[in-house]
Amino acid sequence: MALSGLFLCTFLVVHLLGNLQLFQNDGGVAFNLYSAFMANNPLIKTIAYVNYAFILLHIIDGFYLAAQNRKARPQGYAKVDQSKSSSWSSRNMALLGTIILVFLIVHMKSFWFEMKFGNMPVTTIEGQSYKDMYSVVVEAFSQPWYAALYVVSMFAIGFHLYHGFASGFQSLGIRHHRYTPAIQNLGTFLFAILIPALFAAMPVYFCLKNL
Amino acid sequence: MILDAKIPEGPIAEKWTRYKATIPLVNPANKRNIEIIVVGTGLAGASAAATLGEMGYKVKAFCFQDSPRRAHSIAAQGGINAAKNYSNDGDSVHRLFYDTIKGGDYRSREANVHRLAEVSTAIIDQCVAQGVPFAREYGGLLDNRSFGGVQVSRTFYAKGQTGQQLLLGAYSALSRQIGRKQVQIFSRHEMLDVVIIDGKARGIIARDLITGKLERHFGHAVVLATGGYGNVFFLSTNAMGSNTTAIWKAHKKGAFFGNPCFTQIHPTCIPVSGDHQSKLTLMSESLRNDGRIWVPKKKDDSRKAVDIPEEERDYYLERRYPAFGNLVPRDIASRAAKERCDAGYGVGSSKMAVYLDFSDSIRRLGKDVIEARYGNLFEIYEKITGEDPYTTPMRIYPAVHYTMGGLWVDYNLMTTIPGLYATGECNFSDHGANRLGASALMQGLADGYFVLPITIGEFLSKDIRTKAIPTDHPEFEKAEKEAQERIARLMSIKGSKPVDHFHKELGKVMWEYCGMARNAEGLQKAKKMVQDIRTSFWKEVIIPGSADETNQELEKALRVADFLELGELMIDDAFDRNESCGGHFREEYQTEDGEALRDDNNYAYVSAWEYKGDNQAEVLHKEPLVFENVKLVQRSYK
Amino acid sequence: MKITLKVWRQQNGKTPGNFNTYTLPDVSEDMSFLEMFDVLNDELIRKGEDPIAFDHDCREGICGMCSMYINGRAHGPLTGTTTCQLHMRHFNDGDTIVVEPWRASAFPIIKDLMVDRSAFDRVIQAGGFISVNTGNAVDANSIPIPKEDADKAFDAAACIGCGACVATCKNASAMLFVSAKVSQLALLPQGQPERHLRVKKMVEVMDEEGFGNCTNTGACEVECPKGISLDHIARMNRDYLVSNIVD
Repeated sequence: MALSGLFLCTFLVVHLLGNLQLFQNDGGVAFNLYSAFMANNPLIKTIAYVNYAFILLHIIDGFYLAAQNRKARPQGYAKVDQSKSSSWSSRNMALLGTIILVFLIVHMKSFWFEMKFGNMPVTTIEGQSYKDMYSVVVEAFSQPWYAALYVVSMFAIGFHLYHGFASGFQSLGIRHHRYTPAIQNLGTFLFAILIPALFAAMPVYFCLKNL
Repeated sequence: MILDAKIPEGPIAEKWTRYKATIPLVNPANKRNIEIIVVGTGLAGASAAATLGEMGYKVKAFCFQDSPRRAHSIAAQGGINAAKNYSNDGDSVHRLFYDTIKGGDYRSREANVHRLAEVSTAIIDQCVAQGVPFAREYGGLLDNRSFGGVQVSRTFYAKGQTGQQLLLGAYSALSRQIGRKQVQIFSRHEMLDVVIIDGKARGIIARDLITGKLERHFGHAVVLATGGYGNVFFLSTNAMGSNTTAIWKAHKKGAFFGNPCFTQIHPTCIPVSGDHQSKLTLMSESLRNDGRIWVPKKKDDSRKAVDIPEEERDYYLERRYPAFGNLVPRDIASRAAKERCDAGYGVGSSKMAVYLDFSDSIRRLGKDVIEARYGNLFEIYEKITGEDPYTTPMRIYPAVHYTMGGLWVDYNLMTTIPGLYATGECNFSDHGANRLGASALMQGLADGYFVLPITIGEFLSKDIRTKAIPTDHPEFEKAEKEAQERIARLMSIKGSKPVDHFHKELGKVMWEYCGMARNAEGLQKAKKMVQDIRTSFWKEVIIPGSADETNQELEKALRVADFLELGELMIDDAFDRNESCGGHFREEYQTEDGEALRDDNNYAYVSAWEYKGDNQAEVLHKEPLVFENVKLVQRSYK
Repeated sequence: MKITLKVWRQQNGKTPGNFNTYTLPDVSEDMSFLEMFDVLNDELIRKGEDPIAFDHDCREGICGMCSMYINGRAHGPLTGTTTCQLHMRHFNDGDTIVVEPWRASAFPIIKDLMVDRSAFDRVIQAGGFISVNTGNAVDANSIPIPKEDADKAFDAAACIGCGACVATCKNASAMLFVSAKVSQLALLPQGQPERHLRVKKMVEVMDEEGFGNCTNTGACEVECPKGISLDHIARMNRDYLVSNIVD
């Protein structure tokens, strides 16, 4: 869980950096070049497959752990008060993970599937034709329900990583009285707040723009 | 019958070495076929079971707790003595021996005590090797502290949890043998009787506390390590389950009971807060290293402690015993507290408490140092009383803590029943009339690791041809039937009062008349009272539920029934001993300034009581104590 | 003060249980939580009813026998405290308190609030020791141990094996308990020879016993009456990884 999770965290950073091209005010040129690069570069393609594998592993492992943990306490307590002993996020990783999974399916269907197998509009940049991912994204994000789904999902990712990032280090046995607080802060401010916020800003931006 | 302590010949310092070199051995092939039962898994029991298992014997270990790790040794706080002389303050085996004999007010057996002092050093080595995290200095070497009744620092400790750490060490050694299948563990089992076949202890009857089923277990020898019987007083620092049943049943089957009246009252316990009180909590003696004990100089002074100015405080221990001050032995500190409270100087709402004050030490050393030394004890205190000892002095009062008496054993730790051994607190042997602080842990581990596993060879070497006796032997059947009948009788009373009612009544009588101070008249009165409580117990007790299931009330009833018999013997013993010594203070026998007055001419003996049957007077045997290596003097800590 | 107790009653491991409600009109603030149960049981026995079975022994917070899940928390509302050390002054007049047994498939219920924690013993038997026979030890001071390491080892060794970590963990994981022993011995030079073997064996038995997995919620550390730190879990994770990579 820790290894796959932390790998996915790094993926998230790369993904975000790329997607920030959406904010370039160039009618989507930079973004379309970026998405073409991502779709065709052999190295990226390999990494992408590793990434899919980690996602699958993370999902399967997650369900397996949840099932095992449920088995470890077949009869629950009538009254449980864990508010003082653990964070809400840490107790709801499976729920948050499931929300993220649903999001992931919608997300992959909208963009990844379309890019690979769909009937994409085409745009021309410097004489070459490219699949116009930019307009697909802008169109999708302009729909309020779609933007809302994204925002909710980014909250889920934020909470998931609020616990998950630091937890990954703990599971790998990386803990030090001086550095662990820094890891926790990184998890909170970068992975739980900044990254999901920037991701969420994209649909919000295009949705508002369209209103 | 003449008691033979089987003390080896030779000069005291060589007895054990010479004896070890000549003791008959059991060869490894035979050890595999010999089964040993060990009852109790405290320091003495766990260490004995583990060591016997390591040696190759087949061991069955029993405890009534849910895990061997929970035996009450775990609660010992302060430390363990050893004559390592790491502090370079002149300590030696002889000095530890001498201090222990003197601290015991010359009522213990020289040879046993010397052996204890000799093996003390190996205990520390063994425990460190097991990973027991003793306190250390910055240089990485072991730290020592001093304890009451001695003038050297020889006490090794692990914060205020030394007993816990030592027990977990012994438990880990035991667990290793359980994993290796050398030891079979029976937790949640209570021994109800010992089985004697052809005059030798050959097994036990135990009750499975979950199913209520009685079980028969065979052993070539039986080792009791079942701890003390302080719960006869109801309120004590013992665990709720600590009981006398195993040794009492052994006593009734022929094992003599040594010095039953020798009870240690620990001076620093948290006072009783009300009728609901179920047990008393000790505050380690180590606190007296840095805490000063005082009461107001004015009677019935109801000011808060901090409001009483220095010159109106009576540091009575420092006043009476300038040489040892707050570190006088336990019996002396306890009696001095009782004396002040009885005279009307007590503090707190009950007026049955004195102050233990750390303000001087906090000023001198800083709060951090005090916290590092005693933090966990201060926490315990605050939890129980709701008061902060860093700012308000602790209120303390003496409470029953340890029983020096126990089954009489010879030098081999064997009782008067061949093949039945008693180790640790449940025997009488090493502490005389008063135990020094940090010596109980030493004795438990000495017996279990280093003494019993060797001395038991003396008996077992003659038994190598004895095959395991099937448990359908008539003696097993008889013993089980007796236990069954006793249980059935208890269940059938269906009276109206819970077991605790009788236990509390017994405790009150014992504390009042056979506690910190005793006198002939009171003891006679108490004897009658205990008999009456016993009679009404057997008429009026109520035990809900059935005997074929988990039934904690039945467990208690079986234990209290035995306490009700033991209590009377303690009273008889206290009545017989017309002197004051150690924890046994007979008001008729005291010096002009209120110190204990021993009578070495008439009472330098171990009382060993022989059971003669229900409602018959027990017979007193005497093992004369011969002192060849120490001179008997009146203990002085002035 | 007046206290209402909702207590889990269960005759034995085979029968289903349910909550019973009891009202105690006159509870003293100075009582411990268990002494309140003594008073209640005294009353029940006098009425000829079955008293509530619960584990307890030393009643000074060190034996680890007491084990009640009080108002949704292991050992009740006070941190760093076992049930036996919890006093009624921490509750209010008129409170209703729900009391349940530890719940975990590795800790089957025996009766009422008593559970079977022998799984812990079996984990220790698998490797929670240093293999040194009696009599084989060298002089204690021939193994100098930096004070800091000794203190850390002590902090781990302070575990009382009560099972609050399992009880409170949403996954019923025993990682804090197991890691406390693994870490204590891993911190000491005496523990090095068996370091890798120990962690593997203990984790293996821990899994066999049916404890859940650690998801680092950290609840165990908060509810542990002895304040055993998550540092030890990290150390065990590290050792476990290393031992699997190395061997």
